[in-house]
Amino acid sequence: MIGIPLTHILIFSLLLFAIGIYGALVRRNIIGILISIELILNAANINLIAFSKYTSPSPEMGQIFAIFVIAIAATSAAVGLAIVLALYRVRKTVYTDEVNLLKW
Amino acid sequence: MPVLEIAVKFGIYAAMGTVLIFALGVVTLRNLFHCALCLAAALIGTAVIYLGLRADFLAGIQILLYVGAVVTLVIFAIMLTEHLAGKTVRQNNSQSLPAVIGLAAFVAILAALIVKTPWPLQAASHAKISVMEIGQALMGTYVFPFEVISVILIAALIGAVVIAKKDNSGEQS
Amino acid sequence: MNRILGFFDQIFVSAKAWLLALLGRFLPDWVVVLASIVISGVVILVMGAVIMMYLTLLERKLLGRIQNRYGPNRVGKWGLLQPIADGIKMFTKEDIIPANADKIIHLLAPIVIVVPAFMIFLVVPFGRGMTAANLNIGLLYFIAVSSVTTLPIFMGSWASRNKYSLLGGMRTAAQMISYEVPMTLSVVPVIMMSQSLSTNEIVLAQSGCSGLHWFIFTPWGLAGFIVFFLCATAECNRPPFDLPEAESELVAGFHTEYSGMKFALFYMAEYMNAFTLCGIAATLFLGGWQGPFLPSWAWFFGKTFILICVMIWFRGTFPRFRVDQLMGFAWKFLLPLTLINILVAALWHFLPPVWAWLWSALILVISFFILVKLNINFVPEKRVYTLES
Repeated sequence: MIGIPLTHILIFSLLLFAIGIYGALVRRNIIGILISIELILNAANINLIAFSKYTSPSPEMGQIFAIFVIAIAATSAAVGLAIVLALYRVRKTVYTDEVNLLKW
Repeated sequence: MPVLEIAVKFGIYAAMGTVLIFALGVVTLRNLFHCALCLAAALIGTAVIYLGLRADFLAGIQILLYVGAVVTLVIFAIMLTEHLAGKTVRQNNSQSLPAVIGLAAFVAILAALIVKTPWPLQAASHAKISVMEIGQALMGTYVFPFEVISVILIAALIGAVVIAKKDNSGEQS
Repeated sequence: MNRILGFFDQIFVSAKAWLLALLGRFLPDWVVVLASIVISGVVILVMGAVIMMYLTLLERKLLGRIQNRYGPNRVGKWGLLQPIADGIKMFTKEDIIPANADKIIHLLAPIVIVVPAFMIFLVVPFGRGMTAANLNIGLLYFIAVSSVTTLPIFMGSWASRNKYSLLGGMRTAAQMISYEVPMTLSVVPVIMMSQSLSTNEIVLAQSGCSGLHWFIFTPWGLAGFIVFFLCATAECNRPPFDLPEAESELVAGFHTEYSGMKFALFYMAEYMNAFTLCGIAATLFLGGWQGPFLPSWAWFFGKTFILICVMIWFRGTFPRFRVDQLMGFAWKFLLPLTLINILVAALWHFLPPVWAWLWSALILVISFFILVKLNINFVPEKRVYTLES
């Protein structure tokens, strides 16, 4: 077996997750937020693979769910970026705090 | 061959470190284009980790879909919305400090939990999972989620086209 | 006779095995494994560079003949030393970095673009037992690695801070993403028939009839090959799909601002991509190294060479596409054709031989003509340019 304990992988993916959340919280640019969300999904994927490798009786399960997650990430990126482009066309900005039309 | 195994182990740890550094780059760099490139590097590093964990198929999918498609889309959007002159705009809002504090607490608690939990480790098999097994599981046990994913993909495709399309009908009427 | 053939067939493999056995006598095991990797790597690096150099010469020669002139013939016999002279020229040229350029990325782009070009060589089966790394996901690896090529082009075009570069980069991205889709789908029938993603297994699946049971001799294989080859031409930005670097519109596209060695690296990646894509096309549809009489590697290089000549022929004879034609061709013609091709391959699998031939050929021909008919009436909307004061 690979000589890496499960906890190391989990802590690594936890750190990646935290970095992603930090990005999603502090970025002003919508594209920056989308990128951070990709990081978060990536961390989740690493967890899935690690668990299926170390604890699951059927090792292909993790890979299959990771594939689903990647597909969802691709759709979220496509739709999100389409929204960003539409927004940019109308408002000429991609910064979240400048899009305050519904804010009162 | 213990030397090779140690080399692989070291390689995985190195990949983890690189991924974390590039991930930090993704959330801190000012130039959004650099962020996207850092994201690509982090995703490739993750694919390397998958290779180390004997999930080759997923590593291939990761590079094909994430690096080949998602990052390209992101860069496309950046090119369409940023200005080439590259004037540096403030990219972060003023919530940096509370975010860092909150996340530090979050990470500390979860890390403590991860270390303390007795994981039900199984003697995982050495063998790589062949692509055929994945395919059979996708078409057998997981066929319903697979179909749902394909419907979602189609819906997202159409939705993205409809949203991003120029609204011609509105101008004419 | 057979023994001589076998010897020539395995000459490179046995040379490497002999070298490793020599090392294994007085070195530990892990050094031998490392040495094996290093030998393969060095061979690939040297071969990639040499292939690139002589492909440029071949292209210039052939283009010259097509255009009724000689091509380079001054340096060395038949211009054989021309690539080396070019290399010296490239090395000694001044390396210009635009004042406003994003310096790090401007430097990184040409380096990064060469890496995937070399990495694809890993899974190309050059002969019997001559695959550098026999991955069980070989084909997926090839598709994934070649899709990364978009990224360094983006980097180069963005970092140059030049409108021509940027336009070229955008065009490249659009083109490469669009053509990746039919390319990936056109190899699906091959995967279905050989039931494997490993390039070696795919070649072995075409081994019937004394090595002539190639996939191209079936209707779905022929259609798949044509689609794959067109997409491959588009993927490495060669004419008639060379919109990203269309000289008459964009100066040189994404490498407008590159000079000297960096420009040479872009060039190198382009030619190596052309070679590997032709090699993969030969592997998937033309039986790879399978063939009677000649040694396996001779068959492989012969087939690849012929495909490259076809690419050069394209360059010499076809005019460039318009952007809308380019995208329309990928999305409205190639994509439906590949989808139909996958269905046809499934039909082929389930029908008895003669009926399978008849039905699949019929379906493909009919769908081809229907698609041509549907595509032909497209007229782009007229654009009027007015000067605003």
